[in-house]
Amino acid sequence: MTSTSVTRAAAAPAVRLAGATKRFGDALVLDRIDLDVAEGEFVCLLGASGCGKSTLLNLAAGLDRPTAGTVTAGAARPALMFQEHALFPWLTAGGNVELALELGGLDRKERRAEAERLLALVRLSGAHGKRIHEMSGGMRQRVALARALAQGSQLLLMDEPFAALDAITRDVLHEVLTDVWEKRRLSVIFVTHNVREAVRLGQRVVLLSSRPGRIAREWQVGIPYPRRIEDHDVAELSLEITGHLREEIRRHARH
Amino acid sequence: MPATDLKRADAASPGGGDDISSGLDALESPSAPAARRAAKKAVAPLAAIVFVLVVWQLAYALDVLSTLPSPASVAGELGDLWRDGTLLPALGHSLERCVFGFAASVLVGAPLGLLVYRYALVRTVIAPVLSAFQSLPAAALVPLAVIALGESESAVYAVVLLGAVPSISMGLASALDQIPPLLRRAGVTMGATGLRAVRKVLLPAALPGLVSALRQGWTFGWRALMTAELITATPLPGVGQVLNAGKESASFTLIVAAVIVILAIGVLVEALIFGPIERRVLRDRGLTGPK
Ligand SMILES: Nc1ncnc2c1ncn2[C@@H]1O[C@H](COP(=O)(O)OP(=O)(O)OP(=O)(O)O)[C@@H](O)[C@H]1O
Ligand SMILES: [Mg+2]
Repeated sequence: MTSTSVTRAAAAPAVRLAGATKRFGDALVLDRIDLDVAEGEFVCLLGASGCGKSTLLNLAAGLDRPTAGTVTAGAARPALMFQEHALFPWLTAGGNVELALELGGLDRKERRAEAERLLALVRLSGAHGKRIHEMSGGMRQRVALARALAQGSQLLLMDEPFAALDAITRDVLHEVLTDVWEKRRLSVIFVTHNVREAVRLGQRVVLLSSRPGRIAREWQVGIPYPRRIEDHDVAELSLEITGHLREEIRRHARH
Repeated sequence: MPATDLKRADAASPGGGDDISSGLDALESPSAPAARRAAKKAVAPLAAIVFVLVVWQLAYALDVLSTLPSPASVAGELGDLWRDGTLLPALGHSLERCVFGFAASVLVGAPLGLLVYRYALVRTVIAPVLSAFQSLPAAALVPLAVIALGESESAVYAVVLLGAVPSISMGLASALDQIPPLLRRAGVTMGATGLRAVRKVLLPAALPGLVSALRQGWTFGWRALMTAELITATPLPGVGQVLNAGKESASFTLIVAAVIVILAIGVLVEALIFGPIERRVLRDRGLTGPK
């Protein structure tokens, strides 16, 4: 992908939240969220801790229903990478990936090779037989990414997927992710606390306010791909967004 | 361990040369720790048995209880039971009943547990009944079964099932209840629904609890069976009848011998079947230390 020209408005969106509101008991967590993610669009979601990012992803994934408003997703079954790895501890790393392939309808014969390929993609070749509890937090997140990709969904929802990774591995996985996104023309909602990561990855960055969660601001990121996290343009926009994020967090803290 | 030391000495002596003996050592080294581990595992139960025997012998020698038989006389009794052809068929009948009864209990209890987990209505209606049966002693079930089915094999099986099924289904239902919601949701997003969710996510996730439920089902079934054999006169005598014969003839020695057989089966099933399965299941999930 060399241009960031947004193809929204044309096709039906990959996900549409229209006036989506979520309450847990009395607590208003998400307040009338309007958010369209176009087919093939990469959206990053920023916001203070507890502002409702995971809640929003759960709505988009169809795991939870909004209290009011509507959520519609184009993909039959979005792939969701949870904030905690959510891998099955009774299976090996490869077993987890293969199960996703199996449930996606892939033949037994092809599963093994495809799982190996996906594990290699997240830089875990040779980890096929490893037990989940034998792996580091970062390795688990990478297996979870491989498993999410194995689902073959057109809509990928990711909840702080790279939070436990070292900077080098994270750079590599940023490349892997943008690569897969371009090749498969996926639609992605990527939640992160890292502003630079958001600007490095997204075509659009959405900032959520806290209590209640509302869309505070959005930025179109015009920087052409391939990007690098240390690019000057990335740093510049990150600085601006960080200012707004600080503001949000400060407002939140005063409450 | 002396055994492995001896083996190693044997292996080294004929070869003579250093190369050969070190080669043999290397060949042997994988098995040596295994043998040592097995020996180590046997130490604790052996120590327990020795402890019991010592206390028993002491109690006998000090004449704590005038009717208490000596360990030697009980061993003799067991030998007699074996030689006169009572013990083996009795064991066979009891084990057969317990194994088939247990298998039937699993076939009934596991689906029932799933239904209790899955359907609120089943939970509301059936779960209290199962819980009630769980608290009912087998001794209360036997007369019921005998009245309904006569002094027959079916009555014995009915008692075993009523003993084992509630434990298995309630245990499985609670194991399923305890699955972390995150894993269930992960299964849903991956497209595991209906029976595939059960097979690929729910049962594997609940396996540690399921193993405990099966173990408890076995234990309850075994106890119920002994009760049934003790108080009914089925055509084929089991271990419970040996116990009954001891009671009828007021032979403390025979009773203790029968109790030892019943205990031994419980201990062996635990040590050879449920213990290893549980350790394996937990180890796979990283739920115990690296041993
Ligand atoms: N099941 C629930 N029941 C009650 N309250 C909930 C539930 N799930 C989330 N919340 C509340 O909703 C709010 C938003 O939670 P959410 O997990 O979406 O935050 P988040 O933005 O993902 O935070 P973080 O960045 O720390 O992951 C929090 O205040 C949380 O306490
Ligand atoms: Mg979250």
